[in-house]
Amino acid sequence: MKLKTLITATALGLIMAGPVMAIDVKIGVLNDRSGVYADLSGEGSVIAAQMAIEDFGAAEKGINVEIVSADHQNKPDVASTIARQWYDQDGVDAIFDVPTSSAALAVHEITREKDKIFINSGAAASEITGTQCSPNTVHWTYDTWALANGTGSAMVQTGADTWYFLTADYAFGHALERDTMAVVEAMGGEVLGTVRHPFPGQDFSSFLLQAQASGAKVIGLANAGGDTVNAIKQAAEFGITQGGQALAGLLIFITDVDALGLQTAQGLVLTESFYWDLNDETREWSARFQERRNAKPTMVQAGVYAGVLHYLKAIEATQSTDADTVMAEMKATPTSDPLFGEGEVRADGRKVHDMYLFRVKSPEESTGEWDYYELVATIPADSAFRPLADGGCELVQ
Amino acid sequence: MFELLGIAPQALFGQLLLGLINGSFYAMLSLGLAVIFGLLNIINFAHGAQYMAGAFVAWMLLTYLGIPYWGALVLSPLLVGAAGIVIERLMIARLYHLDHLYGLLLTFGLALIIQGLFRNSYGISGLPYTIPTEFQGGQNLGFMFLPNYRAWVVVASVIVCFGTWFMIEKTRLGAYLRAATENPTMVGAFGINVPRLITLTYGFGVALAAFAGVLAAPIYSVNPNMGADLIIVVFAVVVIGGMGSILGAILTGFGLGLIEGLTKVFYPEGSAVVIFVIMAIVLMVKPAGLFGRTA
Repeated sequence: MKLKTLITATALGLIMAGPVMAIDVKIGVLNDRSGVYADLSGEGSVIAAQMAIEDFGAAEKGINVEIVSADHQNKPDVASTIARQWYDQDGVDAIFDVPTSSAALAVHEITREKDKIFINSGAAASEITGTQCSPNTVHWTYDTWALANGTGSAMVQTGADTWYFLTADYAFGHALERDTMAVVEAMGGEVLGTVRHPFPGQDFSSFLLQAQASGAKVIGLANAGGDTVNAIKQAAEFGITQGGQALAGLLIFITDVDALGLQTAQGLVLTESFYWDLNDETREWSARFQERRNAKPTMVQAGVYAGVLHYLKAIEATQSTDADTVMAEMKATPTSDPLFGEGEVRADGRKVHDMYLFRVKSPEESTGEWDYYELVATIPADSAFRPLADGGCELVQ
Repeated sequence: MFELLGIAPQALFGQLLLGLINGSFYAMLSLGLAVIFGLLNIINFAHGAQYMAGAFVAWMLLTYLGIPYWGALVLSPLLVGAAGIVIERLMIARLYHLDHLYGLLLTFGLALIIQGLFRNSYGISGLPYTIPTEFQGGQNLGFMFLPNYRAWVVVASVIVCFGTWFMIEKTRLGAYLRAATENPTMVGAFGINVPRLITLTYGFGVALAAFAGVLAAPIYSVNPNMGADLIIVVFAVVVIGGMGSILGAILTGFGLGLIEGLTKVFYPEGSAVVIFVIMAIVLMVKPAGLFGRTA
């Protein structure tokens, strides 16, 4: 079916393009298709990329887009092997998504080496546009700095000024812990300790008990996906929130809230760059997404959609797939899409847009399926992300 | 108050208790593996998937049929065990005369298929399963807050482990089983239906995995990978205890839970590998495992 659509689309494109030469583009969606991050990225991201190609009308504009996808199993070595094969042998022009920061950093380096384009949506480490920034990478959806700035400062403002971190022991966890620590300390708070758990984890009770013993007002969960779900579930079991300590889920996706159930998740404060129920445009797109995926989109999947859209616009404008040309165009043109609104891609590769602080509704407040968030605050684009000068990126010096 | 390596004794007791709780899962799962390996000579790699299936069936019973936790604790092992019996009859029974490796490959393949099917239908994020109301809340022990449910897990696990050990080592049925493993032809000659005995044993081993799965459902997220994450550790436990040794599996399960618990306090980063380090050391010193018989 997919193949048929693709062939028809290609044929249509060829006919309609007429005298203009058709451009062939191959994009790769590389993410977790079987592990802890499969629901928040996975096949949903591939669907989002397909929707972007259709909504853009690539075929009518003489651009033949082919999508390939693969499972990196959250392992940097697997991600590297696939990225190399895609670039060297399969003629892939750009890679999208790549959750798991350690895997994303590997793809980031290979993309620089091969001079291709990497538009990251799934990974969070803020190094991607900081000390390790690359002229070949755009970091689209969110990053650890933005999460720390959103959830971290919101918590400290409520008076929760002593923190203990429960951190996933890999690049992402470390980055999220570091960025949140910086926010907490800058606002006059204190970090009482950290414990690093293996990724992925299963039983967090031991670490939670250590956090409980620290007496910190907030336990910051610097992990994601299934790890966060299990940690929150077990924190409730061990009476941690009843004991007066608050949990700060520094990265929580809507799929995690769905897995926890509102009964357990209610009251959590979280930062996201996208929620399906923000406005008419997000609702319309999300409804179409849900028809294909049977779930509402996460911000990662929304980011893949918007990223593919912006990439294709740049190809249309430049009539080229050359990485340097397309990247220059993507940075020169403001972004505009139904999911993230207006924004821009900065010189360091950071895509900026508004971020949102949400609170998870209680079961009574929720009016139906997937009605999970209440908007607490909008963090405007100019203050949602790390200032250009602070990242230590060599591209801006 | 004295401190041990910078950890207050209260915290240490808490961590030991948690280790014991995790150890109960290791013990129950490795027990099932040991029973199956000891009596059938099959390395049951599908054990993790069967544990996961146990948790999922509990969730399905609750969601689709409204059958609560206690019903699931009985029904889910029966259903999953019955599925195990079907698998044994249709597939595994054909491999008894072949090398261990074939059984391992078959069950490994089965595990991947079962996980894939669940992943396809239910996604990976997990499904919520709440703690039964009887066990909500917990006790303040002074040195830690012990959730009632976790206490129940330890109790249930000890009962099941002891019961299984007793049945196999001390009853007539167990004697038949052990005899059938030693010399199936001879036992068959005494009028005992050996193939049926073996089939039921496999079903029982699988039911143990499912039972552990139901116990795990309220505390871990019910997701298709929950068994895959655990099974490798459990295999290490069985190897350390000695392949096929029932008592070895139980004692090492609890013991390694404790050691892992302590590692989480003193060197959390190493808690994922400590069991494998111990396995390597044990294999060097006692290749047959701590409680294993040398062949």
